[in-house]
Amino acid sequence: MHKFADRMFITLSLAALMFTLLMLFALLVDVFVDGVTRLNGQFLTSFPSRKPEEAGILAALVGSVSLITLTAAIAVPLGVGSAVYLEQYAKRSRFNALMDINIGTLAGVPSIIYGLLGLALFVRVLALDRSLISGALTLSLLILPIIIIASREAIRVVPTSLQDGAFAIGATRSQVIRRIVFPLALPGILTGIILALSRAIGETAPLIAIGALTYIAFLPDSLSSPFTAMPIQIFNWVSRPQEAFHANAAAGIILLLAITLLFNAVAICTRNHFYKISAHCS
Amino acid sequence: MTHALEIRNLHIYYNSFHAVKGISITIPTNTITAIIGPSGCGKSSFLRVINRMNDLVPHARILGEVFFRGVNIYDPSVCEIDLRRRMGMVFQKPNPFPFSIFDNVAFGLRIQNRRDKVFLQERVEESLRRCALWDEVRDRLHQSAYELSGGQQQRLCIARALAVYPDVLLLDEPCASLDPKATKRIEELLQKLKEEITIVIVTHNMQQARRISDYAAFFHSGELVEWGTSAEIFDYPKKQLTQEYTQGLFG
Amino acid sequence: MHARHIRKERLIGWMFASCGTLSICVTLGIIAVLFWETIHFFHVVPLNEFLFGTKWTPLFSEKKFGILPLIAGTLLIASIAMIFALPLGLLIAIFLREYAPPRLRRLLKPVLEILAGIPTIVYGYFALLTVTPVLQKIIPSLAGFNALSPGIVMSIMILPLMISLSEDAIHAVPEHLRAAAYALGSTRLQVIFRVVLPSAMSGIVSACILSVSRAIGETMLVTVAAGMRPTFTMNPLVPVQTITAYIVQVSLGDTPTGTLEYSSIFAVAFVLFVGTFVLNIIAQKLRHSFRFSYA
Repeated sequence: MHKFADRMFITLSLAALMFTLLMLFALLVDVFVDGVTRLNGQFLTSFPSRKPEEAGILAALVGSVSLITLTAAIAVPLGVGSAVYLEQYAKRSRFNALMDINIGTLAGVPSIIYGLLGLALFVRVLALDRSLISGALTLSLLILPIIIIASREAIRVVPTSLQDGAFAIGATRSQVIRRIVFPLALPGILTGIILALSRAIGETAPLIAIGALTYIAFLPDSLSSPFTAMPIQIFNWVSRPQEAFHANAAAGIILLLAITLLFNAVAICTRNHFYKISAHCS
Repeated sequence: MTHALEIRNLHIYYNSFHAVKGISITIPTNTITAIIGPSGCGKSSFLRVINRMNDLVPHARILGEVFFRGVNIYDPSVCEIDLRRRMGMVFQKPNPFPFSIFDNVAFGLRIQNRRDKVFLQERVEESLRRCALWDEVRDRLHQSAYELSGGQQQRLCIARALAVYPDVLLLDEPCASLDPKATKRIEELLQKLKEEITIVIVTHNMQQARRISDYAAFFHSGELVEWGTSAEIFDYPKKQLTQEYTQGLFG
Repeated sequence: MHARHIRKERLIGWMFASCGTLSICVTLGIIAVLFWETIHFFHVVPLNEFLFGTKWTPLFSEKKFGILPLIAGTLLIASIAMIFALPLGLLIAIFLREYAPPRLRRLLKPVLEILAGIPTIVYGYFALLTVTPVLQKIIPSLAGFNALSPGIVMSIMILPLMISLSEDAIHAVPEHLRAAAYALGSTRLQVIFRVVLPSAMSGIVSACILSVSRAIGETMLVTVAAGMRPTFTMNPLVPVQTITAYIVQVSLGDTPTGTLEYSSIFAVAFVLFVGTFVLNIIAQKLRHSFRFSYA
């Protein structure tokens, strides 16, 4: 009798798990079937067009790559620096408690609101216009909390005994950070950075809020040039009534998913590797 | 006899906790001084005051004077970084860095911007020889320090401290996590090292303190109960409390 | 030597400190920006009409600014999402932590993490072009744009978050509590439902709140699949508009600064910000309490 209830529960849970996974699988298969025939050389090397069969994702792809590179260049030093400050310098517990709440809250702010911040601050006040740099700055603020949280965790697990050992031999705070803390925290920090960037690649709403264009027939050539990005291009195609554009959207989604899944897989592998090392240290 | 260290009326507070209560003691040059006492008596705090490691503890407050070669190290003009470069410290648990054996020993030199390869090699070899570790690791200097046994790791940590030619070596229960054989090697090593270096060792182990120390100080509840030569402390203690502790009646 | 150390160290310290205070500036920046434009908005629109009006027609010639239809749309979709995500997520979390063999768990954790990384625009595509047509075959009266389909897809979207947070909460229940219950002769299910779940309750509630907050702030999925018609309704079969979708709608047009439409997106964003902010603070407090109650 006891065993029976147990078995019922397991069956129910497994059914829930299977249902979820199967549903996702079905959706992914559906988008794959819709888009795979459009995913060819012409699609990858063409600019948007009013004719669905001539349209391509080149501008969006290059736009996304430029955007992410810039975002990484801005957000990584700021985020990691911030984490180092909070874990290594700011020992006042009240300040740290405030920062915990602040960063946790920022991580939960809807992305569209970062878009409005970018719109008011970068596009209007700093007059950077709807440019690549406005987009990158906005995405940087968006992923900053993610990088800070991951880096703080990675820094926190660096054993104090090793830091003490370095201090005792006369290392300055910055030498301890550079020679002990950074090398040991690096895999964890990298994992966080990759996950954050993979989030940035897929973000649509904040870019729409700052007014990124959806129809661009040239490649961005400077920080101040207008741009589009893959998710925006996909959004544009999805919102059109003609079915032929939906196939383009599906093809774009396959490409976008491939990139984000690759990023995530790399992040997970980095972290698993990291756990082996840190288990060895302690 | 000269004094390497002279501590006058030292108080340590952590927030409102009064960990060390007015200790005054002198530590003679090129001797081994053992600090003994039950846990929580303030002996580790005392050790960490000597090379200002306590600066790193938030809310720690230090009153009193610590003279190292005639200079008060808590004087605002003294740089704690330079001070630590003249004092080696060895911790309770071996804490080699996750680098190669060579890089561990060279660490203290490299952070002082010594980059000359030949010099580094000579100094690493010399330090490892002084710790009787050279013969065991000469063929695997570039392997991870984590491949060494616990006792070897601790001797590596001593070699790391010695590489910068410190005047004082501070050891915080260095044998607490080692087996008797590894402990014996470290004790022999310290006996040899004291010819050149002033050694202060915190230990729980009464036999060890008796075996290796020239002087001993007994701490209890943050106060210095008694200090003197080891013979005095262990064989002819003046205070009842000291006698009870050294004979293992509490601890 | 001394002075050089100090100068260099101080410089590096200041550098890190300026990074460290940046995130406070971001928070203050968000609040300032939203506040500034919202004040402009309330110069024209009375607060009363905004909070209690049931018509939202800022793009019509006769402009009405009652936020209730947007809030209704937002909450409707979030509720549909939670109706599915809460039981499914909890069930899967319990299964993973209490029943699943470690190998299965090690396999599923990364899968869930990868699912959490799928861009939301992709879910929008699923909802509009895959799920809605299927649902229309079952419910013929379902409109092409509706709240039901994005609600269901959103439940899948927030499941990974729901599962991993609940799993953490269940994991935090100390083993000795389970052992004590088993020793009294409890069955596995009794241990789960009478000891583990009650002990993990604050963490699970926190997981739910964070999931709701995530659902409320989700933008692209609802923009694509829920339609753009602000309707003061709880009917899941007709088009609705959420707060986030309205912001996107205005952003897509070229609205000049200083107009009432421009200010209105900041006003509704302010409401959204306050809502998610309060939810996040509550969730953080609850999480804090379960982390430390067993220490």
